[in-house]
Amino acid sequence: MFGVPVTRVQDILTPDAIAPVPGGPPEVQGLINLRGRIVTVIDLRTRLGLRHGGEERKGMCVTVENDGESYTLFVDGVGDVVTLAADTREDSPTTLDALWKDLSDGVFRVNDRLLVILDVARVLAIRSKQ
Amino acid sequence: MDDLLQEFLTETNESLATLDVELVRFEREPSDAKILGNIFRLMHTIKGTCGFLGLPRLEAVAHAGENVLGKFRDGELDVTPGAVTLILKAIDRIRQILSAMEQTGAEPAGEDSALIAEINAMASGQAVPEMAAASLDDDGGFPVAAELLAEVAQAIEQNPTLAAPAPVIEPDVKKAEPAKANGEPAAPAAESSAAASSIRVNVDVIENLMTLISELVLTRNQLLQLQRGQKGNEFKVPLQRLSHLTSDLQDGVTRMRMQPIGNAWAKLPRIVRDLAVETRKRIELVMLGADTELDRQVLEIIKDPLTHMVRNSADHGIEPGAERLAAGKPEAGTITLKAYHESGHIFIRISDDGRGLNVEAIRRKAIANGLVTEPELATMSEQQIIQFIFRAGFSTAEKVTSVSGRGVGMDVVRTNIERIGGAIEMSSVQGQGTTFLIKIPLTLAIVSALIVEAASQRFAIPQINVIELVGVSDRSDVSIQRINNAPVLRLRDRLLPLVSLRGLLNLAEDETGAGRTSYVVVAQVGSAKFGIIVDRVFDTEEIVVKPVAPILRGTPFYAGNTILGDGSVILILDPNGIAQAARQQTADDGKSDVHAAAQDGIKDETSFLLFGTRGSELKAVPLELVARLEDLDAASIEHVGGRHVVQYRDHLMPLVPFDEFHEWPASGKQAVLVFSDHGRSMGLAVDKVVDIVRDRMAIELSSERTGLLGSAIIAGKATDIVNIGHFLTLAFTNWFDGAVEARVVAQRRALVVDDSAFFRNLIVPQLRAAQWHVTSAANGAEALRIMEADRPFDIVISDIEMPEMGGLDFAAAVRRDQRWQGLPMIALSSHANANDVQQGRAAGFDEYLSKADQPRLPENLARAMDAVTQASPWRNAS
Repeated sequence: MFGVPVTRVQDILTPDAIAPVPGGPPEVQGLINLRGRIVTVIDLRTRLGLRHGGEERKGMCVTVENDGESYTLFVDGVGDVVTLAADTREDSPTTLDALWKDLSDGVFRVNDRLLVILDVARVLAIRSKQ
Repeated sequence: MDDLLQEFLTETNESLATLDVELVRFEREPSDAKILGNIFRLMHTIKGTCGFLGLPRLEAVAHAGENVLGKFRDGELDVTPGAVTLILKAIDRIRQILSAMEQTGAEPAGEDSALIAEINAMASGQAVPEMAAASLDDDGGFPVAAELLAEVAQAIEQNPTLAAPAPVIEPDVKKAEPAKANGEPAAPAAESSAAASSIRVNVDVIENLMTLISELVLTRNQLLQLQRGQKGNEFKVPLQRLSHLTSDLQDGVTRMRMQPIGNAWAKLPRIVRDLAVETRKRIELVMLGADTELDRQVLEIIKDPLTHMVRNSADHGIEPGAERLAAGKPEAGTITLKAYHESGHIFIRISDDGRGLNVEAIRRKAIANGLVTEPELATMSEQQIIQFIFRAGFSTAEKVTSVSGRGVGMDVVRTNIERIGGAIEMSSVQGQGTTFLIKIPLTLAIVSALIVEAASQRFAIPQINVIELVGVSDRSDVSIQRINNAPVLRLRDRLLPLVSLRGLLNLAEDETGAGRTSYVVVAQVGSAKFGIIVDRVFDTEEIVVKPVAPILRGTPFYAGNTILGDGSVILILDPNGIAQAARQQTADDGKSDVHAAAQDGIKDETSFLLFGTRGSELKAVPLELVARLEDLDAASIEHVGGRHVVQYRDHLMPLVPFDEFHEWPASGKQAVLVFSDHGRSMGLAVDKVVDIVRDRMAIELSSERTGLLGSAIIAGKATDIVNIGHFLTLAFTNWFDGAVEARVVAQRRALVVDDSAFFRNLIVPQLRAAQWHVTSAANGAEALRIMEADRPFDIVISDIEMPEMGGLDFAAAVRRDQRWQGLPMIALSSHANANDVQQGRAAGFDEYLSKADQPRLPENLARAMDAVTQASPWRNAS
């Protein structure tokens, strides 16, 4: 379970047709037409180094903006908007996977579960291969 | 900042831009009272407004300038370059103060008394100085100014947002300076009555509008797509109307973004003038077609490159007056800028009549910078060598002046121009000048693209890169052949290298296989042609190019992306990137990527066909010479009269084994390279065809063995280059396209003129092997054009019978030209009876050789070349 600051989220949608980008970075799942704008779809599973099963996955897209460019994160599903008390925040544990640690911006305790907050800018800092 | 001040800044900046241009004009025509009147009025308005707004520093400087101008006008002072420089200095000071004001909103502290004193001293140099305030107070003397000042006062009283009217001299120039002159987005400002027909609109507003229109166009396309599927419903007519309106709207807004190219040129007269003074040269700047319009965005991008090139011409190109006079040229150098429309593109030509590029310096520098090796350089023509100035980090200015040599090189210029889909060409003639030709698209926003499909995914290819489409299948006449997995297409007797879009993009491999029809999109990048294999081809569509997201910019295949009429997102392919990626790929396969990486630009390269012989050595032949590749059934090869032949396309085609100990297979297949010219074909039997590689034609040493031209490093390996001429004569004793194995002559330049591409391809490599720089032409007219552009040739070898302009006419034309009186010329023809020879000599040929005598031709030609080059006093400039 991951969290994204709600102030960064522009849009949540179920993607219609994703046009793949052959030859692009593996994290880039493709491009979608979001009301006349072309938005790059980032597969969050791939980005987080998680395996994914079949090719055809259902999911949702969380659109965020970074440096004036729109990206959308392809996720398995979208839950609720929650307000988190600042005192439940903890720094990411040192034992966390290095990749995750790099992409996360702290951990919150929500009920019994832990919620890893994603640093959107760093998630989108995908080095394009030269 | 105060609105009033804001307006003042904008207006004054515009006035100053106009002043620069006017003053330079004025310096040339000091007697033109009208220009002087304009200048005076502008300066006066600046001064007047400053006084009104309480800006004492500006007012004082403007006043001093006005004072001098007043004296010019009354004839009390002579217009000298020194005086004009001083006025320009005053203008620069005003500009400095203004730019400081833009940031702070107030006049900066500073001291101008030195400048003012200098100006005043000049003003009093020849005449009694007038009282400082005289010009302002004596209204009677300056009615125009007084009137204007009154107008200013009135306007400001009536409406504080109205600006001081800047007198407009040429509405064009006024529109020129976009509102960017002031930092903040200005409210639409009022114009003086003279320019009431135009309004100032913030660039952002137009850009925004353009984006909206683009979306509207896409939505329109989407609607039309929906409509297409249905039969005659009530939406049809209004939709059509909407469609037309949208197109008109798009046109209108596109035109709104258009600006005359003169805007990018406005600063040039001043720059050239300053440079001329600084370097003590006389330079005329001629600007033609300044009203040619192009997209604002394009204009912004080419502005700096243009300035850079004009600066280069003025600084390096134009020689000092004395040098020019000594070279028999007029003392004043001319730089000509010319802009014009042609076939949907804008062309800008920048030419100077200066000394031309220093080929020797470029050669040295290219070697010093490790851009090229000496042997490679030896095979390049002068026109190829001068192209090195476009390479990164290349600047030939041996002395860095304050003007050039600031680290912005021609490579930046080229990059900028190519980034917007343009191209730049250059030619230079030593002693005659340099010409740049820039070709740029009218607009970047909307392009026409061909939609193709590979592995069920659609892509767009910019129409501008597409030359033709070819449908191919196993059954059709044209088919894709494979040479060691590298696909090629035989198209009109030439082999075209192919790139499979599926393969390149790692898309799913083709399952259906044989019998399927696919398409080859023949694309051109620079001068290189290649084919892209796709599964299907759809329509062409007008698309709005949007750049890809930053994280995709590292992917070389895409130029952008767009949304099609049906709402789907589609990637736009970049043929340039594909060509590069494809070359990289082939190089990787050949395990010689280092070598491929060292190659830059496809232009200088030749494709070679590699084949194997008994033994493990590889042999190579230029791919251009090969017409077809065949795998013949061993059973179809017949043995007639001591020769092997095969029935091929209703004719008997002789087969010649590459290796004299070749073992003809009793069964199975025999690989054959087919060569044809003038309707005749011969087959060269080889063991196997290995590969096609691209590489530079750099023959290292001529070979002792007959049948070989020499060897070259191809794809990192030393490879023998085959002399096809040798095998042709084995096949046909009268195949007159002779072979030439001229003896080694020091680096000299030859021009080969022959209408048979085959003969040219044959003779050129052989002359190169003999250490000649060779340029070839297809007929006399083309040869003359080449000689005109690239003059220094040491020898001309020409065929006699050619279309357009034959050899006799060509020779006569050459001889008529003063410059080429002593140039050695050899005729080479299949008709060589006494009468022909006599005619040839009469036309101006020094020697006349027969092509028919193939075995002795190399020797004859070498001897003739030696004889004519030694006998003649001709020495070219290099």
